[in-house]
Amino acid sequence: MAAAIAASLAIAPAPHAGPWRRAWRRLRRRRGALAGLAVVVLFVALALFAPWIAPHDPIAASWSAIRKAPSAAHWFGTDEIGRDVLSRVIWGTRASLLAGVVSVSISLLLGVPIGLAAGFLGGWVDGVISRVTDAFLACPFLILAIALAAFLGPSLTNAMIAIGVSATPIFVRLTRAQVINVKVEDFIEAARAVGNPPLRIALRHVLPNITAPVMVQATLAIAAAVIAEASLSFLGLGQQPPAPSWGSMLNTAKNFIDNAPWMAVWPGLSIFLLVLSFNLLGDGLRDALDPRQR
Amino acid sequence: MFEFLVKRLATVVPTLLLVSMLIFGLQQLLPGDPAKILAGEEQDPTVVAYLRTKLHLDEPLPLRYAYWVGGVLRGDLGESIRTQQPVLDLIVQKLPVTVELALMAFVIALAIGIPSGIVAAVGRGTAWDVAANVFALWGLSTPNFWLGILMILLFSVQLGWLPASGYVSPFEDLGANLAAMIMPAFVLGNAIAAVLMRHTRSAMLQVLGADYVRTARAKGLSERTVVLKHALRNALTPIITLGALELGTLLSGAVLTEQVFTIPGFGKLIVDSVFNRDYSVVQGVVLVTATTYIVLNLLADLAQFLVNPRLRR
Repeated sequence: MAAAIAASLAIAPAPHAGPWRRAWRRLRRRRGALAGLAVVVLFVALALFAPWIAPHDPIAASWSAIRKAPSAAHWFGTDEIGRDVLSRVIWGTRASLLAGVVSVSISLLLGVPIGLAAGFLGGWVDGVISRVTDAFLACPFLILAIALAAFLGPSLTNAMIAIGVSATPIFVRLTRAQVINVKVEDFIEAARAVGNPPLRIALRHVLPNITAPVMVQATLAIAAAVIAEASLSFLGLGQQPPAPSWGSMLNTAKNFIDNAPWMAVWPGLSIFLLVLSFNLLGDGLRDALDPRQR
Repeated sequence: MFEFLVKRLATVVPTLLLVSMLIFGLQQLLPGDPAKILAGEEQDPTVVAYLRTKLHLDEPLPLRYAYWVGGVLRGDLGESIRTQQPVLDLIVQKLPVTVELALMAFVIALAIGIPSGIVAAVGRGTAWDVAANVFALWGLSTPNFWLGILMILLFSVQLGWLPASGYVSPFEDLGANLAAMIMPAFVLGNAIAAVLMRHTRSAMLQVLGADYVRTARAKGLSERTVVLKHALRNALTPIITLGALELGTLLSGAVLTEQVFTIPGFGKLIVDSVFNRDYSVVQGVVLVTATTYIVLNLLADLAQFLVNPRLRR
């Protein structure tokens, strides 16, 4: 008997292989997701260390260097009032990443509790929440964000609020659907049987079991939020000049497309790379966390 | 089927009602007195007083909403502060331009997305599949206004083949109209093509593994017939439902695309009114967009009946 236990212990997997560790091991095997993670980390570093990395002041105009093509002094060239495009792209990382993370955090903080309430309580609470969610989803995401940003007034903060609120219904729906699946499981019934109060069941037993799909959706939502911030800034409803943002840089670049194309290339490429990385990471996370693939 | 239709229509009513409340509520977000903000820079006291009575600002909120909705139901979306034109007229003027753009974009998206999805599913794991997936990832990650700028750079500035902007009505000169619309339509269709490709691929993969596909093959039908007639027809159901959700992306994307190519449509109208602080126009455009989106989704559900006889029971 003791020998049998010892033998089974010997062949058992590593003792602390929890679900997150297993997911990380699976994620590590996906090259696309790892590349995405690497690029995201790189952009985070650029944003954090922008003051030390950027070769020039991002808002200092130089009338002697207007719309100069890329050169040794200005790797990405200069813009319409002689600012260094490379430095502006590096500083612009801050607005994009901040917008991505803050607006998705707003969606999560609003959407998850609301969805949890709808799915867990059911009944009229669910009815009301679901109808309101439908109404929000009936307004196309960016149009709703534009309208909200318009009424709140143009600024980066208001753009983040507008994007976060517009993306909330997606998280309400996702959380609600997941909660409805989880709450009929036996372990929830068991938690109820031993006398746990409903709030404790919702927070300690239901919530941890829906984290994985919410995390995947959050990663993909950051990609969408980065594009949305760039879109609002492109329309003039996000980051206000002279502060650098990739979207507003593209808006200006559009007017100089025939004689200064480099102004349009780099900010757009940065948006593309950052969004692509979050998409790759999100796709990889979905594959790694999807229990159906175990 | 009749019962389903009635039920489906019944869900539209509360949604529309809540959407109207949501859009009306936007006004509450304005910092300060709406009458003063709407009156513009000068804040002429007579104008402010006029607006206050006109917008019923002294009445309680639910009553103001009732006035507004009553107007909307009679086709009165208010009037533009700038041009004094009725909002509905402005929208009706701009709508055909955006509808043309959206239709062209959707046709392009279908023409790229569905065939590439089929090819990717049939050739799962081959170079075709990889290529289609790379295309989808590219389409989903490229901001469409940037793609628009790059296309202007290539086709207008470098090659000089297509105009960078300048909309011409198709009734004036169809050739010039198409030349002006083809780039924006492609830019707008691109991202949707990517999403449609992904949906088509996964729906086809599911269907291709089904028993009736094996039976069709066992009967000795050509692969072409099996894929296009037996598999695709069944895969279309989820493609239509999920594709209809992309119509929202189409409407959102049109705002940016019209801005890049200076096309005088719906999207340009909303952006211009945002900057003119012409809030009733913004509200009108959002209301019409949301209603259009709801109706299009309703139509997509009806289209399900046409392709899926099992639902007709």
